[in-house]
Amino acid sequence: MTEKIKAAEAMVKCLEQEGVKVVFGYPGAAICPFYDELYKSDIHHVLVRHEANAGHAANGYARITNKPAVCIATSGPGATNLITAIATAYADSIPIICITGQVSTDQIGCDVFQEADITGSAMPFVKHSYLVKNAGDLPRIFKEAFHIAGTGRKGPVLIDVPIDVQQAVIKYEPVEEVSMRTYKPTFKGNTMQVKKIAKALDAAKKPLICAGGGVFASDAADELIAFAEKSGIPAVSTMMGISLFPTDHPLYMGMLGMHGVKTANHAVSECDTLILIGARVGDRAVTSPSFLAENKKIIHIDIDPAEIGKNIETDIPLVGDCKAILNELTEYIEKKDRSEWLSELNEVKNSVPTENETEGYVNPKMFIRKLSNALPDNSVCVADVGQNQIWACNNFNIKKGGRFLTSGGMGTMGYSVPAAVGAKMAAPDKEVVVICGDGSFQMQMMELATIVQENIAVKIIIMRNNRLGMVRELQTKAYKDQQIAVRLTDGNPDFAMLAKAYGIDSMSVSNMSEAEEAIGKLAASDKPFLLEVNVFKNESTL
Amino acid sequence: MKHTISVLVENHAGVLSRVSGLFSRRGFNIDSLAVGVTDDPEISRITIVADGDEHTAQQLEKQLNKLIDTLKVKNLSEGEFISRELQMIKINANAAQRSEILTICEIMGAKVVDLTSNTVTVEICDTTPTLKRFAELVRPYGIKELVRTGVIAIEKGSESLKTK
Repeated sequence: MTEKIKAAEAMVKCLEQEGVKVVFGYPGAAICPFYDELYKSDIHHVLVRHEANAGHAANGYARITNKPAVCIATSGPGATNLITAIATAYADSIPIICITGQVSTDQIGCDVFQEADITGSAMPFVKHSYLVKNAGDLPRIFKEAFHIAGTGRKGPVLIDVPIDVQQAVIKYEPVEEVSMRTYKPTFKGNTMQVKKIAKALDAAKKPLICAGGGVFASDAADELIAFAEKSGIPAVSTMMGISLFPTDHPLYMGMLGMHGVKTANHAVSECDTLILIGARVGDRAVTSPSFLAENKKIIHIDIDPAEIGKNIETDIPLVGDCKAILNELTEYIEKKDRSEWLSELNEVKNSVPTENETEGYVNPKMFIRKLSNALPDNSVCVADVGQNQIWACNNFNIKKGGRFLTSGGMGTMGYSVPAAVGAKMAAPDKEVVVICGDGSFQMQMMELATIVQENIAVKIIIMRNNRLGMVRELQTKAYKDQQIAVRLTDGNPDFAMLAKAYGIDSMSVSNMSEAEEAIGKLAASDKPFLLEVNVFKNESTL
Repeated sequence: MKHTISVLVENHAGVLSRVSGLFSRRGFNIDSLAVGVTDDPEISRITIVADGDEHTAQQLEKQLNKLIDTLKVKNLSEGEFISRELQMIKINANAAQRSEILTICEIMGAKVVDLTSNTVTVEICDTTPTLKRFAELVRPYGIKELVRTGVIAIEKGSESLKTK
């Protein structure tokens, strides 16, 4: 049935129709008609303290629910602040819907107050975008946006709505079905190719799985493990694929790549057949794809046809959704004894290097292992970017049901705290813990306010080395240790005291016994908690 | 090698900037790009001539296909096709030079579209190499202005570039 309502109200109804419960945003004049209608809705609005963080929070929320999540900003600077979050979601194929206000249609192009061409500026980073000119199109556009964001290779979709369009009165009729003649992603993998892959793997002496974030996007972590277990094929993961396997799974060899672990990289260089699943062969994961292509049989499964052959030449390509493909593969694959190959890898795995502790500091790697073992199995770890990220990637023990989130492709500093806010809103019963550095924390510390306002028990670990550690290490190694613009010492606040200013419980630790006590307190608390961990400035990433 | 690629897209505002933006973002080099509406007013056809190896051409096709507004992408260079481009040139020409220029036009199949006491403006529709040759032939007289449309192309034979 058709009713006449304000277009802004229709926008809210569209969100309700999609089952949206929580949105993350920051208002401004050009989006006020929409907010005015949101007032009447049961949708919970989380007020972030910077628009980029609305996007990161939606990112964290989307990754936990595996459905498109919504962020909102106003026109001009509000919208341009969102761009980094849009690019972050695009690089990691995370489905978010970004709604931005825009100046009135008749003023577009006149450089009026808070006008920015956001559809134009965000174009390289969106899966799709709309500048809504006709209010009557809104229900169709919202339906399409959720469909596009959440299917095929997932990604961000931007809807830019001029204020006069929000204020228009339209005949509202819910759109139930998407009808797009141009957008039809391939879901089903070709069975002939699946059989070919099974055969190639059966024939391989040293096959290896490399699993990426696409397996999460396809909700196929269980199917991946089932496939690995039946075939006996060991696996490595990309950064985006961390937590597909529990860390202690006998077939899991860790993260590969530039910052990966020795076992994983040994496995990649020694395997004879590599099956990439939902992994796009990014340069940090696979540093020399041409070497691999020349020396191994490469099997590549991805839902995005453009990823096949983009970064690595492929022997057996397969386009499709990996959940169904993995089920089929598991059916066709032979159960095989691969103990020789596994024991070769386990030998590398067991040759763990010794770790040093520096007096007056906490060893971050040991700390993260202890922390992860003190938390519930199904905890969510959100790592930021920098040394803290790699320490977390390689040392946070993922248990069954646990989840690891980070900005993999874009490497966006300031991702972790807002993403953790989103993750906690999506899974209030799970422990959500942030691991960030003192550099990255200062790009997002305004979100402490959001945590307090929403009263959510996000736990934050700041690895304080008084340096931009990753760059410091790069300068040490590649620039004759000439250190510039990496020293945070003099400006750094007392982070524990800063947390107290927000009314957040906090501690600061400088040795392992203090750290253990703090971990106990942090794990036992059902409130937000900030823990400053003092780390030696020259601590290495790996 | 040169690739001539035909793309059918939804005739929406902003589609052309998505397509051209994709080229600069992915580092593809394009020689020309021509766009116009088809017999279906809701569908536009873009013809792109791009330079690159086989891998580049494949990526180009795939990335174009990823755009939500794309209906069909076809690399015409994989088969036989006809390509044409329109060029208009305003040439310096006094009364004495006029007949020489007109002879060149006649031989090359160009048509005079405007005449003044000191210029002659001609149009020529042909393949890109012929357009270039024509421009070289009249260059000695002095080219005041030269404008080209970019290549449009169509496959030979009875098949059509149907929408998917």
